[in-house]
Amino acid sequence: MPISADEVRKIAKLARLRLGEDEVALYQAQFSRILELMSELSRLEAAELPIPQAPAANVLRDDSPHPFPEPERLLALAPERAGPYYKVKKVLP
Amino acid sequence: MATAESGACVVARDVARGHISAEEVLTEHLRRIRAWEPKVKAFIRVMEGDALGAARAVDAKRGRGEKLGRLAGVPIAVKDNILVRGVETTCASRILQGHLASYDATVTQRLLAEDAVIIGKTNMDEFAMGSSTENSSCHATRNPWDTACVPGGSSGGSAAAVAAGLCALALGSDTGGSIRQPAAFCGVAGLKPSYGRVSRHGLVAYASSLDQVGPLARSVADAALALSVIAGSDPMDSTCAAQPVPDYLKELEAGVKGLRIGIPKEYFLPGLDPEVETAVRAAVEVLTGLGAEVRDISLPHTRYAVSSYYIVAPCEASSNLARFDGIRYGRHSPQARDLGEAYELARGEGFGPEVKRRIMLGTYALSSGYYEAYYATAQRARALIKADFAAAFQQVDLIATPTAPTAAFRLGEKTEDPVAMYLSDVFTIPSNMAGNASMSVPCGLTRSGLPIGLQLIADCFCENSLLRAAAAYECARPFPMLPEAPRA
Repeated sequence: MPISADEVRKIAKLARLRLGEDEVALYQAQFSRILELMSELSRLEAAELPIPQAPAANVLRDDSPHPFPEPERLLALAPERAGPYYKVKKVLP
Repeated sequence: MATAESGACVVARDVARGHISAEEVLTEHLRRIRAWEPKVKAFIRVMEGDALGAARAVDAKRGRGEKLGRLAGVPIAVKDNILVRGVETTCASRILQGHLASYDATVTQRLLAEDAVIIGKTNMDEFAMGSSTENSSCHATRNPWDTACVPGGSSGGSAAAVAAGLCALALGSDTGGSIRQPAAFCGVAGLKPSYGRVSRHGLVAYASSLDQVGPLARSVADAALALSVIAGSDPMDSTCAAQPVPDYLKELEAGVKGLRIGIPKEYFLPGLDPEVETAVRAAVEVLTGLGAEVRDISLPHTRYAVSSYYIVAPCEASSNLARFDGIRYGRHSPQARDLGEAYELARGEGFGPEVKRRIMLGTYALSSGYYEAYYATAQRARALIKADFAAAFQQVDLIATPTAPTAAFRLGEKTEDPVAMYLSDVFTIPSNMAGNASMSVPCGLTRSGLPIGLQLIADCFCENSLLRAAAAYECARPFPMLPEAPRA
């Protein structure tokens, strides 16, 4: 199934990935090949099959907080921080 | 006395008895690492200093007369997507370069509680996405049996390290065959536990409904020992089952006699390398000779496994990998002007090509208008695959197949064609989709000297049957070990 360069750009945008134009061309070609592989599934008369409901059992535990022993270890991983806070770029452009 | 050739069981026994010190065991392995590692490059990081400290601590514990754990002094390599506190954990990705793990994965805690010595972090395909360990942002790992060939993937570093004797045991993770396929390519035993057998807490998530951590080892007994240690429920992973954990080592003694083994015709089609087919059929003959009962079976929906897997896994990946935003940890782009651009730049620069490909595939399949055609259909196919196995396990205890359609391929052979690479997992993927237990054991060498893997598949939580058959086979057909140093 062919896919257009614009579709690749749109998917990349949804996936929050900045792509170069060379990457767009590469993924466009590869996606078409991969989607062909997926078309195997169209042999399944899918609509007639119910979506299975797993015999799920809820696994619950007490809602009791366990403080992380060394929060500084987590904060130290942040590329940008201000004291005990994470620093985030402005949300609206 | 234990040497670097000995496996985990022998090392743990000899260290506990004081026949050899944990430090001596470690030194032996570090010597082998120095000989092999320049050619094989199995590790992202050899933790020589930390390992020495850990080994000495084990020896001191013994000196004080304290009881040692089941993995006393056993040098273990851990795949780089499993957290070891304070040690860089990168998943072989640029986006996590320099990332120090802030806690131990449950499996890491369990190894350490049994006095294991973690010797290093092994190379892998980035975020466990790949079948050759070529998709690593660090370097490619090579197959110790033939360094022109790949070790398989994504746990290729773990498999190569075990095969070359650079550690006694290793942990890998298996989402679509990432323990079993490299185990087959490198001539070691690799076990993917049933979904829910082993905690995933502290395993960096790729596809949460498929991922499992499991052992790679040079003997079935070592794999059984490792599984006994890492398996069992965990309050930190609600998908980890409360099933009791048997002593898998004891189970091995039961042998293969009386086990019913099914041979599914869907796994023996054109495209299967004739040398692989011959070796696998010969291995089944050996099992028959040992008292197993063999019958033909059918798993009719096998043909849908690869296509449905490459929808389900990327969909889950696109969601799981959304956490890599460059805010709380990981790579970030200082030049970004706003938050959206910060995400796009960090991720665009940080992720490698296969990871981007799978994130985008998943995003596409889950996007409005495509969800029903892709994701929902794939879930239906998954249910059919599961039902196939359920029906088969009414008639048989085990299923025997090739682990991969070929032996190890050459570096670069499949890097340009993602679909060709995806198809190398055709025989391993169905077990992940169904959540059952499966294992690869070496069953011979090709004429060019590359290992071939026999895959055994058992019903969920029937790891004991897998291990019994694998141990019986291994005893009848021992597999050679590689020399101390690579041939010049």
